[in-house]
Order: sequence, then structure tokens, then C-alpha cells
Amino acid sequence: MIALLLRDLRLAVRAGGGFGLGLAFFLIVVVLVPFGVGPDTAVLSRIAPGILWVASLLAALLSLDRIFALDYEDGSLALLATSPMPLEGAAMMKALAHWVTTGLPLTLAAPALGFLLSLAPEAYAYLLLSLLIGTPALSMIGTFGAALTVGLRRGGLLLSLLVLPLYVPTLLFGAEAVRRGADGLDPSGALMLMGGITAGCFALLPFATAAVLRINLR
Amino acid sequence: MLRVTDLSCERGGLPVLTGIGFEVATGQALILRGPNGIGKTTLLRTLAGLQPAVAGAVTFPEDEGAYASHADGIKTALSVTENLTFWADVYGAALPDDILETFDLADLADRLGGTLSAGQKRRLGLARLGVIGRKVLFLDEPTVSLDGFSVKLFAKWLQKTHLAGGGVAVIATHIDLGLDAPDLDLTPFKADADAGGGTDEVFL
Amino acid sequence: MSMWEYANPKRFMGWTRPVLPWTFGLAMLCILVGLIWGFFFTPDDFRQGSTVKIIYLHVPSALMAINAWIMMLVASLIWVVRRHHVSALAARAAAPVGVVFTLIALFTGGIWGQPMWGTYWAWDPRLTSFLILFLFYLGYIALWEAIEDPDTAADLTSVLCMVGSVFAILSRYAVLFWNHGLHQGASLSLDKEENVADVFWFPLLVCIVGFVLLFIALVLMRTRTEIRARRIRALEARARRA
Repeated sequence: MIALLLRDLRLAVRAGGGFGLGLAFFLIVVVLVPFGVGPDTAVLSRIAPGILWVASLLAALLSLDRIFALDYEDGSLALLATSPMPLEGAAMMKALAHWVTTGLPLTLAAPALGFLLSLAPEAYAYLLLSLLIGTPALSMIGTFGAALTVGLRRGGLLLSLLVLPLYVPTLLFGAEAVRRGADGLDPSGALMLMGGITAGCFALLPFATAAVLRINLR
Repeated sequence: MLRVTDLSCERGGLPVLTGIGFEVATGQALILRGPNGIGKTTLLRTLAGLQPAVAGAVTFPEDEGAYASHADGIKTALSVTENLTFWADVYGAALPDDILETFDLADLADRLGGTLSAGQKRRLGLARLGVIGRKVLFLDEPTVSLDGFSVKLFAKWLQKTHLAGGGVAVIATHIDLGLDAPDLDLTPFKADADAGGGTDEVFL
Repeated sequence: MSMWEYANPKRFMGWTRPVLPWTFGLAMLCILVGLIWGFFFTPDDFRQGSTVKIIYLHVPSALMAINAWIMMLVASLIWVVRRHHVSALAARAAAPVGVVFTLIALFTGGIWGQPMWGTYWAWDPRLTSFLILFLFYLGYIALWEAIEDPDTAADLTSVLCMVGSVFAILSRYAVLFWNHGLHQGASLSLDKEENVADVFWFPLLVCIVGFVLLFIALVLMRTRTEIRARRIRALEARARRA
């Protein structure tokens, strides 16, 4: 199964844009926000946790439809489905590869962008931590959505419609943790609940994803 | 080694083939014949387990089946060797030393998949079958876009290495591979216009 | 004969034909009686005045918005386990009905909220949950519409419905965690103290029964349409082949 992860990472690096595009999108969204709401640092600092979380969620969404699309078109997915590798494992590896190429860079870049939005100094650690715990769930949920829409010609928009409601709990807990951190409250409750969601996603969604892939390959 | 009994398969909710039965003994191949649209691809996908059968049974040793179709699953951004190594890793097999020579890929070893010609890609796709070491092969038009020389290469590998090594193969093809293998014409198994058994039969 | 026999499309068409008008009629009767009783023959609430009377629309539709989803979940499970086509089609048929109930609940909630909280919309946990439920319905319906092969669509939407249900419940509690809200407690729980007084309760009960019957009637009607559409599709496929 590691072979699949390594192959996907290698493809992401070689195809280019794998790491860069999502990150650039993240940057642009965060830069656009002050243009929209005005340069008042007090306002920006208040909304920074939410903006950073929503922007990273959208950036993660951007590359979801590529998780399975290429493998479906060139036939690798059917070959993987008939290989000894369990499709559930393949689904999890796909999600991990997506996380390494989007979630992880977003997490590492977020503090720099927090600086642009005058995020409260106390919140940086929680921003990093919440994204680190939360973005894997975004990737796993997104992988499930990508599997649902893999056979569709115009699946991109539908994928967003399916996945975004599923992102609600992760977003709520993630942004809440950062906000509590910024206000000097204890964010551990929100972080633990989010960790629970991430763990639950990785425990259960690979099965749903594999089932959906088998249906789509039929 | 491979036994198919009273198999019916469907496409888009309609039965296309019914009552298929055959056996392929170890070291034997079977060539599927029939006009376009008769359901050769549907049958091979059903045999490989990609889609459920409407009725009947397919038995072969567990974890020995492999499927190959027009879509080779070649990654354009990976080199020929990397493409093959990936499948070797997935199947937990080692890359055979002579695999590149067997399929005339030695000169292309470091070329990226995306820069290969259609025929070269096909050879790479077929070389995958030599890597994964599966005994029961379901091949859908394996020789599409191959030249005469490459067809001979592939037929030689199939006969000398795969079948001689105790494998079996079910092949849908329109050309003569030069194999010593019986034909199975699918025309008699074509489902009647009023054949029952499709998934939407309950609505009639 | 097992109860599943009734799930055969032909039998289903047979027994629903006479049942449907009765269900519809009874639904209309209950809703009319409930609404007239509730609007004109109950006293005004001592705190909320006559605004309280919107509960006769708000509570039943909110209840049915959730129940419709639960019905879809059960129907999806039945499809996955037993592969009864009618079950999958009933789930498909119920979704738009559920959406409309959700919208009614949201709108009446807003209208009720204006005099009570001074605003049409507040990010109150309960309202927010219904908004999220609305989004889940949209995704579910969009997925049905996007897939051509009906069995594939039934399979995929069933999985989405199951996964969606888990996430809908998660969202419900996440939203509570996020904002504790203005909404009054549940109107229909069994602990009487906080509850609506009997004078309001009886017409409300009649309205709820009416909404349940209306939901059943609409779903039966839409399922019949879906079965006919599916039958046309099957016949056309065979006509093309012959």
C-alpha cells in the first residue's frame, strides 16, 4: 500500500501544481479578505481564525476531483480493484497522499497568513495544531466525495455540493479551537472533538469509499 | 483451473449473454470470438469480478485472477521501469530480470510513459502481466495498436512463459495470435430479445 | 407470504392506487381541522400573543423535515440489504418532499423569530442545523439527478445517505458546541413543565398527524411516478434491442 502512496506523491511532484496550486489559492483567498472587509486590524484579527479555516478548506476542496479522476480514466483504478491491495487501503492511501500534497503545506503556510490577518499571538500554536489534526479529516471526507463522483463527466461542482456539508463539523471545531485560543480560553475540548472526528473518518470512511468505488467501476 | 458454469452477464440492466459454460485447463488458453457488441468486454469484466454476474458461477484459484483492457493504467509522468516497479510492489512480486527484453522495452527503460507511442504503451501494459505473476488472465483485445513483430513477441511470452508456466488465459481478440488455443464463439450465447434476468426485470 | 411481497413494483402499484386518495383526503382533513382549530379556537399565549399560532405549521414541518430524512435512511438501508427497487425509488421520491418541509420550517421559523427575537435569522443551533440539513438534501438530490444508470444512482445515494446521516448528527452536536442559542426547548418532549399547554397541544397533534399523512401521500404518489418512469426506461431499453 505504501507503493501507492509513494507513486501518488511522485506523480504530484512531477506533474507540478500538486503542492503549489492549492497553496497559491489559499494565499489569494486570504489576501482578498481584507479587500472585502476593510483594513481595520481589530476586525481582521477577530475573523482571522474563521477566514484561515474556511480558506484552507476551500483550498483542499480545489484538488479533490483529481484524487481518482486520472486513475479512473487511464484504467489504473480498475486494475487496482482487481489487485491484491484492498481497495479500502488504497482509498486511505489516496487520502493520505492528498493530505501530504495539500493539507500539510496549508498547515505549514497558515501561520504566515495568520500574520497578514493580525491573528492574536496566543492563537498561532492552536492554528497550527487544529489544522494539523483537522486537515486529514478534510482529505479523507474529500476522498469519499471524489469516489462518489468519479464516474461523472461534470463531477467537479457536484463534488463540492456533496463534500461541503460533510465538512461542517470539522470546520466548526477547528475554527472554534483557534478562536478560543485567541480569546485565551481553553481550546482542548474542541481539539479533542476534532481529533475524534478525524480518527472516526479514517476508521470508517475508507470502507464507504471502497464500496462506492466498486459501484462506480461496475 | 478456470471453470465457468451457466453464466449470464448484463450491461445497463439488460442481459447480454446467457448460459455460458466452459473450462480452461492449466496451460491452456481460450479465444473469445464474436461480432462487436456481443458482450466480450462485459463477459471478461464479469469473469474478473469487476461486475456481478446475473446468474451462474465462475471458479478459479483465489487471488490468481488479473484483468487487462485497452486502458493500460500507465502513468504518463512515470518512467517505464517505475510503472512496472509500482505494479510489482502492489502485487508483492519482484521485477523479473528479463521482463524489459521480453517485451522489447529495454531501450525505453527510462522514458516517461507520456512520451511512448501507442504501440509502446501497449507493450508496457502487457509487460505488467509478466510482472504481477497471476495465473488466470482475462485479456480484452491485448493486441490493439501492436505491430506484427510485437504481436509475435506477446504471443511468444504468452505461450512460452505464461501458459508453459502453468497459467491460463481467456482472450478476446479479432486477430490470429498463432496460439494453439480453441475458439469460443459467443454468438450462440447471445441473450434473446425477451430474455429475463436483468436488474430492471421487476418493472416489466 | 412475506411483507416484502408488497415491495414488488407491480404489487406496490396495485395496493397504493386505492390507498392513495384516502391518505390524501385524511391528510387534508387533519391539516384543515388542525389549522382552523389552532388559528381560531385557541387563546393567545400570555407571552407570545397570537404569534405563537405559527407552531401549527412550524413544528409539524420541522418534525417531518427530520422524519423524511430518517425515512430515506431506512429506505436506503433496505435497498442496500435487500435490493428492493421500490425502496430505493421511495427514498428518491421522499427527498424533494423533505426539502420542502425543511424550507417551510426555516421560513416559518424566520417569521416567528422576527417578533420574538427581533430578527428573521439568527445563527441559533436549531435553525443552523436545519440549514445544514437543507444542504444535505440538496447534495442527495443532485447526486440522484447526476447519475444516469438508476441502479448505480440508487447504490451511491444510499451510501451518501448513510454517511450523510452520521455527519448530520455530528453537525447537530457541533453546532450546539459552537453556539448555545436563543431557541426555546423542544415543544414536544415528554417532561410537561416547559411544555406547550394542552389547549395548544391537541390541535398541534392533529396538525402533526395531518403532516405525517400528507408526507406519506406525497411519497406514495411520487414513488408511483418513479416506478412508471423506471418501467418506461426498461421497456424502451428492450424495444431498442428487439
